[in-house]
Amino acid sequence: MFDNTLFVSSFWSWYIILLTVPGIIGCFWLIIWMSKGRSKSDDEPVATMGHVWDETLEEFSNPLPRWWLGMFYITLFFGIIYLILYPGLGSFAGVLGWTEVKEYEAEMNAAKTQYDPLFDKFKSEPIEKLAQTPEAVKMGHHLYMTYCTICHGSDAKGVPGKGFPNLADAEWLWGDTPQDIEATIHDGRNPPEASAVMMAWKDTIGGEEAVKNVTQYVISLNSNRAAEVDKTVAGKGQEVYMTYCIGCHGPEGKGTPAMGAPNLTDDVWLYGGSKGGIETSVALGRKGTMPAHGEFLGPAKVHLLAAYVYSLSHGSESGKPQ
Amino acid sequence: MSQVETYNYKVIRQFAIMTVVWGVVGMLVGVYIASELAWPWLNFDIPYITFSRLRPLHTNAVIFGFGGCALFATSYYVVQRTCHTRLFSDTLAAFTFWGWQLVIVSAAITLPLGITTTKEYAELEWPIDILIALVWVAYAVVFLGTVAKRKTPHIYVANWFYAGFILTVAMLHIFNSLAVPVSFWKSYSAYAGVQDAMIQWWYGHNAVGFFLTAGFLGMMYYFVPKQANRPVYSYRLSIVHFWALIFLYIWAGPHHLHYTALPDWTQSLGMAMSLILLAPSWGGMINGMMTLSGCWEKLRSDPILRFLIVAISFYGMSTFEGPMMAIKTVNSLSHYTDWTIGHVHSGALGWVAMISMGSLYYLIPRLFGRELHSLKLVEVHFWIATIGVVLYISSMWVSGIMQGLMWSAVNSDGTLTYSFAESVHAMHPYYVTRAIGGIFFLTGMLVMAYNVFRTVTNPKVIGINDTILTPALAH
Repeated sequence: MFDNTLFVSSFWSWYIILLTVPGIIGCFWLIIWMSKGRSKSDDEPVATMGHVWDETLEEFSNPLPRWWLGMFYITLFFGIIYLILYPGLGSFAGVLGWTEVKEYEAEMNAAKTQYDPLFDKFKSEPIEKLAQTPEAVKMGHHLYMTYCTICHGSDAKGVPGKGFPNLADAEWLWGDTPQDIEATIHDGRNPPEASAVMMAWKDTIGGEEAVKNVTQYVISLNSNRAAEVDKTVAGKGQEVYMTYCIGCHGPEGKGTPAMGAPNLTDDVWLYGGSKGGIETSVALGRKGTMPAHGEFLGPAKVHLLAAYVYSLSHGSESGKPQ
Repeated sequence: MSQVETYNYKVIRQFAIMTVVWGVVGMLVGVYIASELAWPWLNFDIPYITFSRLRPLHTNAVIFGFGGCALFATSYYVVQRTCHTRLFSDTLAAFTFWGWQLVIVSAAITLPLGITTTKEYAELEWPIDILIALVWVAYAVVFLGTVAKRKTPHIYVANWFYAGFILTVAMLHIFNSLAVPVSFWKSYSAYAGVQDAMIQWWYGHNAVGFFLTAGFLGMMYYFVPKQANRPVYSYRLSIVHFWALIFLYIWAGPHHLHYTALPDWTQSLGMAMSLILLAPSWGGMINGMMTLSGCWEKLRSDPILRFLIVAISFYGMSTFEGPMMAIKTVNSLSHYTDWTIGHVHSGALGWVAMISMGSLYYLIPRLFGRELHSLKLVEVHFWIATIGVVLYISSMWVSGIMQGLMWSAVNSDGTLTYSFAESVHAMHPYYVTRAIGGIFFLTGMLVMAYNVFRTVTNPKVIGINDTILTPALAH
């Protein structure tokens, strides 16, 4: 465990002690000194200090209120006791031996003991079966709401056109088997250092003209969008496609789930399927990343999360949480 | 015949008027960003007016614009009148006025442009920081120079607080702003990691402790006894609470960093010192309140005195709440929630703004030698402002505690009961209430601006009493 005191030498420890302890003693001295010679009786009229400023400003010499003095003493004693029990005076660790890290570990261990069995009991069950088990889906949903909603939304429908995939439909970039989904959550996809991302193609394929051409060709792959297509331009784009795009997106543009290369022939577009959206994707590339959650959540929670996500597109309606 | 010696009222008049101007501007921006939180479409997707850029503009305009000008105005007034001497240097005083206005204007330009150090309450970039430092050193010279050439044997208590505030803020500002510039508008902090965080909150909490507390206590010690026409309650109490406050506040910063990478010892020490701070803080409250003993009935007829006394009540309430929130157990619920925002505003609106408003209502007629236009409008301002503060802080208490509870609620399987978005959704009615509270407070400020305008242009001239008198002898 790292050294939580961060003192580079005992000098600084003493520096702290020699500022705080005399300071607190000084507070005691101050209130004791100023409580001396308080007026004998409450009926006796209080005198002023005898100085006058700006014609009318004077000061009474009223004694310190008793209740207030009591409150001051209580907080001072509390402070002293606290600094004896807990770390505070330089590198003096306090008699309780408390540290923030120990408190954190104790809480985490208690939570582990209490909650881990609840997750572990589903660990060896197949995801297909868990997706039909209401209790498992409910727990997966809890995890989903905490860890996934920021990007994929509370309805799991993502943010179409902004790069956050819809998890509730039948379209899967990285495959739709339980194992694929679990791997996506556990290891993440497209880490920033990955090579298999949509790179910026503009300069490689021959500039803006080529970007426009290949976009036309990509649009022509979707039979529903024939009206948008200029066949001659698309024809030029086909040459570009067959040279540069085919490797990942395949000869028919159906994509390659193993590489996360999307199907270009359907209506699902992670970054927008308009002409402009596709042109931007081709010219500048896309660098969406799914972060890895395995180390952070542990395999049991990832397993349940995968079951929940799987249930969104494969599970029965009864298994879905309200 | 020798000319009669006078106090320098010119610079005080300038600062007093700008207090009102920056008050209106700062509170208007505050209302706008409060509305943005309730209705985010008010961002209009324009980067210059998003919450993130306007929020520091709001804090800078109200703390340094409104609060700063109020402190300059009242401290120059108080130090001259209680030392029975003119300001040490009229030229330097004029420099502090124009320099300070330039600082606030620069803040109003750079912050919406996104130029920021990202350090809370110290967002301004290094060229502006240097200007602040120069103005502040000039301020210290003018103030302490005036104290040094005083005609009275003793230094009046208000001046201890002003002097403590001026010296400490100089130290805090200079050390927290140390940075390495990489271009004219970009610098990196001289500190790294947790040390940067600690220096930042050492500065940040003492901006509250010295700028917003000690300075305004100086204000209290002059304007409350003056308006009530009573002696200060207890000289002994002022000695104890001054020295204890000065010593303890400087340690309180770490309570902003409970349960973080800050070393354990720093956190504990910060918590212990914050708790001990309760009594010294209340010493100031008692001294202000009890100054009225024997003339409580004045509260019924004098709205200016009511401003001052309600301000002291809010001071007492905030300084009880503060030490409680510094306790780690409470902090684990309150930290990062709106409770903190409510706490800050019960101090900022209830204490700082209301004591300044009361003092200005006392000051403006005397500075301009004209009768106050309408005491009735002061009364109206008082009630609108009070309703505004109550709406603001009570809505933030509820939403803050609710946030804290929602964030830490767990299901039977140990997972979180609420997603973050659900807690945001639950805040909506409280954000609306808070914005309404802010509108009340801003409206009160506009009433004040109108009243001040009518006062300084009032044809009923009563004459300016700025002749320096020889100190009165003790009775």
